[in-house]
Amino acid sequence: MMLIRYLSQIGKYFLMLKEVFNKPTKWSVMRGLIFKEIDDLVIGSLGIVAFISFFVGGVVSIQTALNLTNPLIPKYLIGFATRQSVILEFAPTFISIIMAGKMGSFITSSIGTMRVTEQIDALEVMGVNSLNYLVFPKLIALLLYPFVIGIAMFLGVLGGWMGGVYGGFTSSAEFIQGIQTEFIPFHITYAFIKTFVFAILLATIPSFHGYYMKGGALEVGKASTVSFVWTSVVIILTNYILTQLLLAS
Amino acid sequence: MIEVKNVEKSFGDAKVLKGITTTFETGKTNLIIGQSGSGKTVLLKSLLGIHQPDSGTISFDGRIYSEMTSDEKRELRTEIGMVFQGSALFDSMTVEENVAFPLKMFSHKTPAEIKERVDFVIARVNLVNAHHKKPSELSGGMQKRVAIARAIVNNPRYLFCDEPNSGLDPKTSIVIDNLIHEITVEYNITTVVNTHDMNSVMEIGEKIVFLKEGVLAWEGSKKEIFKTDNEAVTDFVYSSNLFKKIRKAQNKED
Repeated sequence: MMLIRYLSQIGKYFLMLKEVFNKPTKWSVMRGLIFKEIDDLVIGSLGIVAFISFFVGGVVSIQTALNLTNPLIPKYLIGFATRQSVILEFAPTFISIIMAGKMGSFITSSIGTMRVTEQIDALEVMGVNSLNYLVFPKLIALLLYPFVIGIAMFLGVLGGWMGGVYGGFTSSAEFIQGIQTEFIPFHITYAFIKTFVFAILLATIPSFHGYYMKGGALEVGKASTVSFVWTSVVIILTNYILTQLLLAS
Repeated sequence: MIEVKNVEKSFGDAKVLKGITTTFETGKTNLIIGQSGSGKTVLLKSLLGIHQPDSGTISFDGRIYSEMTSDEKRELRTEIGMVFQGSALFDSMTVEENVAFPLKMFSHKTPAEIKERVDFVIARVNLVNAHHKKPSELSGGMQKRVAIARAIVNNPRYLFCDEPNSGLDPKTSIVIDNLIHEITVEYNITTVVNTHDMNSVMEIGEKIVFLKEGVLAWEGSKKEIFKTDNEAVTDFVYSSNLFKKIRKAQNKED
């Protein structure tokens, strides 16, 4: 029974995606909505992403340094480990999970509130495709999400460098040598492919939970929580599948 | 004119509308009344196309809704104005932006023409100095006026109002009722108001449709409602002592 419910929800999610691209809203209106979403979702997330990335990068560097007790292991591994952790996993995946909380709950609660207060019904009665009007601009705005993750990568490594060098764990030259060691450009491509997929999930799963919610204010809160859980679960599963497909083959 | 023929609607095992047949006339304020759970909202949502009737037809000036293509339905929706129970104004927009929304979406007017029309409509609903306010900064009555302004800005042929007086004090309710009635007559709109406010019935009910348990139990005008012997109607209308006295007085006068 539960399986049928999950399958039905997944089917509903894909039907929603199809409807998002139907009956497009007038471009003059849509343009404004896209800029507003870029401001709310992308620009509005830069501060917290920068803060978290910088300090987590620093912590990764210090933790690596503290665990390198064998004097035969070269110090440049601190830079190497920081780069690999930040670029491969921390920036694309963990920042996305944090964003599932920040952006996701914002999207679910704002669309959910519109549902509760009949604003979505008002759009439908006027003849507006409410899914296109509400979800499409978020999807387009989040095409800039890889830009956010690019900043997270840079600040993560910078934080690692500062933590390692100013903490006295390594020299600047060694850290930079570590960053350059065995650099595989495809890892960047892999990270950005993941980021792109996560951006689509971040825009659509919270929208789905907000759009189809029923009830009142309490249910808006519950929908936000459920949306965060499901967005995180799907991001983690997708991360596993993409890693298997792109790196393990 | 909106014609409803044998409309039935069920949700699961519960039959909510049972063969409703009636007409809502142009240039008149048509009221749907009835107790909570009588099917008023389902009938209104069926008229709006939010619910699809299981059987029966709804036609708008001869155009049968269920036989329309999706483009024709979209076109029809631009001819409809709706005032929701909770106003349903867009929180993120100012009053001016809310009212301008249907024009921006569906008309080819220039920004100057839109501004002119919005100013006219806002003045028509007697809203002053509210252009740049957000809905959260307005009183319930003012929000209803904005909702009415938004509903009529695109010159609709059909205006639907779902409990326009809910949450309003009696004086403001009368103002809103009269505004709806004036606009209906002025623009020759087919207006359908879903209400259980008896003051509205007495004030603006030119055609009243009474629903009881999904069945059309009575229809007539506000004058006829005083004289009817239909038990279901009298039970509903004269549930308060005040209205019982009014009826007595009215019947004595006649």
